[in-house]
Amino acid sequence: MNNATQNRLFTEEGVTVEPVITVRGLRTAFGDHVVHDNLDLTVFPGEILVLVGGSGTGKTVLLRQIIGLDVPAAGTVKVLGHTLSELTPGERRRLSYRWGMLFQAGALFSALSVFDNVALPLRELRTVPEDLVRDVVMCRLAMVGLSSRDADKRPSDLSGGMVKRVALARALSLDPELLFLDEPTAGLDPLRSDEFVDLVRSLHRQLGFTVVMVTHDLDTLLALATRVAVLAEKRVIICDTVPEVLKFDHPFIHTFFLGERGLRALGDLAPKGMQHGKP
Amino acid sequence: MPHSALLATAAAPFRHEGGVCHVGGDWSVLALAEPGEVDRRRAALARAAQAGARWDMHGIDRLDTIGALIIWQAWGEKLPERVRWGAGQQDVFNALAMNKGEALTAAPRPESWAWVRAMGGGILRAAENGKALLIMLGQLVLDVGAMLRRPRLGPWREISAQVYRTGAQALGITALVGFLIGVVLSYLSAQQLQMFGADRFIVRLLGVSIVRELGPVLAAILVAGRSGSAITAQIGVMRVTQELDAMLVMGISHGQRLILPRVVALAVTMPLLVLWTSAMALLGGMLAAQAQLGVSAQWFLQSLPDAITLTNYWIGMLKGVTFGILIALIACHFGLRIQPNTESLGRGTTTSVVTSITGVILLDAVYAVIFSTVGI
Repeated sequence: MNNATQNRLFTEEGVTVEPVITVRGLRTAFGDHVVHDNLDLTVFPGEILVLVGGSGTGKTVLLRQIIGLDVPAAGTVKVLGHTLSELTPGERRRLSYRWGMLFQAGALFSALSVFDNVALPLRELRTVPEDLVRDVVMCRLAMVGLSSRDADKRPSDLSGGMVKRVALARALSLDPELLFLDEPTAGLDPLRSDEFVDLVRSLHRQLGFTVVMVTHDLDTLLALATRVAVLAEKRVIICDTVPEVLKFDHPFIHTFFLGERGLRALGDLAPKGMQHGKP
Repeated sequence: MPHSALLATAAAPFRHEGGVCHVGGDWSVLALAEPGEVDRRRAALARAAQAGARWDMHGIDRLDTIGALIIWQAWGEKLPERVRWGAGQQDVFNALAMNKGEALTAAPRPESWAWVRAMGGGILRAAENGKALLIMLGQLVLDVGAMLRRPRLGPWREISAQVYRTGAQALGITALVGFLIGVVLSYLSAQQLQMFGADRFIVRLLGVSIVRELGPVLAAILVAGRSGSAITAQIGVMRVTQELDAMLVMGISHGQRLILPRVVALAVTMPLLVLWTSAMALLGGMLAAQAQLGVSAQWFLQSLPDAITLTNYWIGMLKGVTFGILIALIACHFGLRIQPNTESLGRGTTTSVVTSITGVILLDAVYAVIFSTVGI
């Protein structure tokens, strides 16, 4: 039933598309503590999927498993047509050219300048001429709204918002088909956070990549999400558009979306008189 | 057809027909990452652009902004007059046109006299480090005074933890190195002494050189590499994670909680480690002398107290205490100077170890001069 709701969005429109990410029967356990059990998730091309869940529900762990940084105890993860556990090191490397990740704290290489950070993925290909590298990097910096003055700066000289922008430019360096964002607006003030959301939205429109994002921030979620996957009870309880998720009856959804903060952020989307009818 | 020619024979993403350049194939970064591919395509595009061709982009299956950038540059960074698009391709070029990267500002030319500046900077930095070390030593004396006045408030738990970490855990490595150096020294000396028939002097030779010089220096070098680097890295990481700032905010002074326990701990453990290393070196020397010269262990041990005078023993202990304080001070100093980035952490740790080993050997030379002038 869960699968049916996940696929409905696309099958109703009569479009059959190959999913970008397919997670089936995933299980994660730290010692006796089971975080995910029999978790399924499907991500379709071009959408922005937001993962939400209470703290300790393993959102970031799930993201790390999709990108292959952690290995699940059981289950399969298929990304861009490749099953992660069956990849040879060479295939693994080629796959890594096709995705980008924005880490929560940026994870910029502090020994390299902003320019070299963004250039690193291109230079690691070893075959791209340096003048093209320069043009691509300057284009990426322009995309995230940084000027050539910032190119020589060190990551330690940047503000929090700038670090996120540079990290985004680096994640976009190879023009990935798939972009992972881990708490992209955490630690930014509301203004910077809104700017960042606008940036991701406009880049998504221009470049058409698929985004999988973890966030706690309702404003970010509402501004960007095509679909929302809610993690609770060790699995994805619902993965659908915001109005459909609001109709779903679950304590976490009540507290997260329909609490005071949630209702304020939802605005017109909030269900009339707090009933879970059609918004 | 006059213009019918295959422009690029190998990859063949181009077909030039009747004044129309058909661009096709894979223009994603993965295809372009093949060796030489970028240059080949650029050359072919340049030829087509020079011929003033019309463009047909329908054949492209995959296009990303990096591939598009190559085509865009061949077009002279503007859209050509006549071009036919596939679905969605214009968006990629629009994205490029919207985000035209600025030219990179040229790096400033290096000055021709930069080495003078670098040398002067080095000297000034060394002087600055020396001054900071002196201030730290002064602060340490004040902190020790404060601790002695109110011993109940002293950081005893931290001191005990550091004693265990820098002392007890270093026993294994100092024993091994000391023992092996003793064996080596004994073998080398035995060869020379045998030539003169002065076998019996092996005890004096080993006793004085190990207890007075080798034991303290050997232990100090091992401790500087082992505990000194650990102290620097630990304090450095505390800077990176803002723990140092958090301590200041709570009103906990770095001197009392970080520097004092480490200095006191090393001042306690270093003489003990010196004693231990010297004993192990003498044990190694004794066994080697027995094997090489036939000097019995019993006789070796009996004549040892006469060979090592009490003065030499106390000189070894004094060296241990001062080397320990020096290593801890230098390690803390460079730890506190680390900037919150990975490069600085690595450089700081290296500098700390190199400086403390150099400092130990320098101090040892100073002791040698002082003791020889007073005649002990």
